[in-house]
Parts: sequence; structure tokens; C-alpha cells
Amino acid sequence: MLEGAGLECERGARILFRGLSFVVRKGELLRVAGANGSGKTSLLRILCGLARPSAGEVRWKGQPIGGLREDYARELVYIGHAPAVKDDLTPRENLEISCRLAGQSTSGEALVAALERLGVPELPVRKLSQGQRRRAALARLLVSDASLWLLDEPFATLDAEGISNLNGVLEKQVQRGGAVIYTTHQEVGIRSTRVVDLGAGA
Amino acid sequence: MLAVVRSVVERDLLLALRRRSDVGTALLFFVIVASLFPLGIGAEPNQLRAIAPGVIWVAALLSSMLSLGRLFAADYADGTLEQMLLGAAPLGLVVMAKSLAHWLVSGLPLVAIAPLIALQYDLAPALYGVLALSLLLGTPVLSLIGAIGAALTLGLRGGGVLLALLVLPLYVPVLILGAGSVEMAGAGLQPDGQLLLLGAALVLAAAFSPWAIAAALRISME
Repeated sequence: MLEGAGLECERGARILFRGLSFVVRKGELLRVAGANGSGKTSLLRILCGLARPSAGEVRWKGQPIGGLREDYARELVYIGHAPAVKDDLTPRENLEISCRLAGQSTSGEALVAALERLGVPELPVRKLSQGQRRRAALARLLVSDASLWLLDEPFATLDAEGISNLNGVLEKQVQRGGAVIYTTHQEVGIRSTRVVDLGAGA
Repeated sequence: MLAVVRSVVERDLLLALRRRSDVGTALLFFVIVASLFPLGIGAEPNQLRAIAPGVIWVAALLSSMLSLGRLFAADYADGTLEQMLLGAAPLGLVVMAKSLAHWLVSGLPLVAIAPLIALQYDLAPALYGVLALSLLLGTPVLSLIGAIGAALTLGLRGGGVLLALLVLPLYVPVLILGAGSVEMAGAGLQPDGQLLLLGAALVLAAAFSPWAIAAALRISME
């Protein structure tokens, strides 16, 4: 499905990675490993099309993503470092707006059910802890039917229960033929099909 | 497509409702700036009547600019902007919706308050209509042009000052047409020409600025 060909990323004058090539197929779980500053986030931003690689190309089903734009965007969910939840809204309102932006119309019950399953209380996000905010952002995965998930540090700030919950969600996505690319530097007890190691960083 | 526009507008209005003080400050700023001039210049009715259109328009300009910094900054900080870039709808539509929401919150109230301000300047009541109409046509242009500047200066240090330097010169034509129309009407002439030109500026801005804003955002986000 997703293919990176000869990707290179430059930050300032440093080269973070060069000549990085890999393929992600249906039902695969790809873990991006590497030390702090090795370019994990940059790689994910390149893969979802937010940033452009200084060399190389990302292809979705054989076509460069630069030309696909919204067609590609509809097939992916990207959850970045910033959880994209608004302090002044409740988790439900946040989830609803992110679904709408992604072009999905999800029923109110489905949204509530997703948030309940992850144990997010229905309070303004301002009053939630970091871990609860992260869960509120991850609830998006439960209502998504996108085939590709790009997750930047999804396990960060989650407790043990949250981690095992998320593991279950990821496994389900892989079983139904979706693909997941995620970064982490914790051991989370989920088997990845493949690992891309960016090394120790520059 | 329109569902996305509607939900973005609804969301921004809801956020404005939950943060009423932010909206209030910009409006209060408008009222205070416009009220300082009669106090500073003195109560000479003819003089006040002459400067009224210009002063009210400049105050509207500054007040609209004051709230521009927040247009994209909050969404940028919490990552929502990334999601908008990766959304299913074209980014141009999303930014159009955001500009519309900005205008509803920061431009439209000015149209309503302006006649009250004009009272302090002893502006002829016959001119209230022209003043409100010129603001109604002109303030959306301010929001749209300002959004280009806000997108370009996103994430920059000292972005606020840069934004003012970038955007204020672009506001000049709107200021001249807007204040000009009220002055024309005050002199007993037909203000149609200026108002039509303002309308044309609005159509042009609505047609082209979403693309410019979207392009600027993509550059800022890289």
C-alpha cells in the first residue's frame, strides 16, 4: 500500500536519514525506532504529506502522494505529537469535529461509545490529565475506517491499562487489513511486522 | 463539502463563545480607540464631524487586526491545523470557513457598534446607513486579507508585529474606499461608486484569498 523510496530528510544542515526505502502492505504493523532526534517525527510527517522529503518519494498504491492530496488524506489517520484536542471543548465535541474534518459522519452514539471504551470523562479537555487527553485523541481510531494509521508516540503518557487497550485497537486494525505505522521508544508488548530503525541520530 | 465549512464555522463560533473575553477585548479596543479622539482633539463639532469616517474606519482596521493573531495560532499550537491540512476537504474551503467565522466574531459586531460611536462625533444620522454598509462590505475583506498575513507569520517569533507591518499596508485601499464613501455621502454626493468598489474588492478577496491562505499555511507548516 504505502511505499517510501530513497527518502532523505534534512534538518538545518544535518541529514537525519538518507536512502530510506521500505514498503508497508495490508495488515502490517511497522514500528519506526530510533533515538531522540533521529527523525522519527519527521519521517511520519513526510509519510502523511505534511512535509516534503529533500529527496525520494512516498507512493500510495503506486502513485506519488503529492498528486493525490485529499484522496490520500481520506485514507489515512495521522495523530501527531500535539493531540489536536481543544482545551475549551469537551472530548465528544473534539472527536466530532475531527471526524467531520476527515470527511466522516459518525453518529453521536458511536462517538460516546468510543470515548467510554477508552475511559475518557466528559469534561472540558482543560480539566483532563495528559494521559486522558491522549486517550481523547486516540478515540478517533475507534471510529475510523481509514486504511492507514500514522501514529506518533501513541503510547506516550498512557498507563498500563491504556497501553493494553491501544494494543487491542491496533491489532484489530491489522486484522481487518489496515496498516499501522507508529513510533515509540517504549516496550509495549505488541509484535510489529517490521521495524525501520533510524539509528542513534545525528 | 459544505458540511465541513459549516462544522468549522460552528466550531470556531463555539470556541469564541467559550472564550468571550477574547472577543470582548477586540470590541472594547475598537470602542476605546474611537473614543480617545474626541477626548484628545476637543469638542469642536465641525472638526469631529470631518474626522469621524476616517477615525472610525482606522479603529475598525486596528481592532480587526488585533484578533488576527489568534486566527490560526491556537489551532497550530494544539495540532488541529495539521488535521485540517490532512482533512478530506480542500484546505481552501476550511480557511474560507475560518475567515468567515473570524468576521462573524470580530467584524460584524463593529458594523452594529459603529453608529453608536458615530454619535460621539455628531455624525449626521443620515450617514449611519452608509457607514454601516461600508463596514459591512469592507470588514470581510479585512478578515480575508488579514488571514493571508496570519498564515504567513504563523509560528514566527515576533509574528504579531510582523503581521501588522505586513497587513496594514494592504488594508489601505479598503480604508480609502470605506472612509471615502462616508465622506462622499456627507458632502451630499452619491457614495455608490465607492461602495461598489468595496463590493468588488470583497468578491475578489473571497475568490482568491482562500488559495493564498492555503498556500501560505502549507509553507508555514513544513
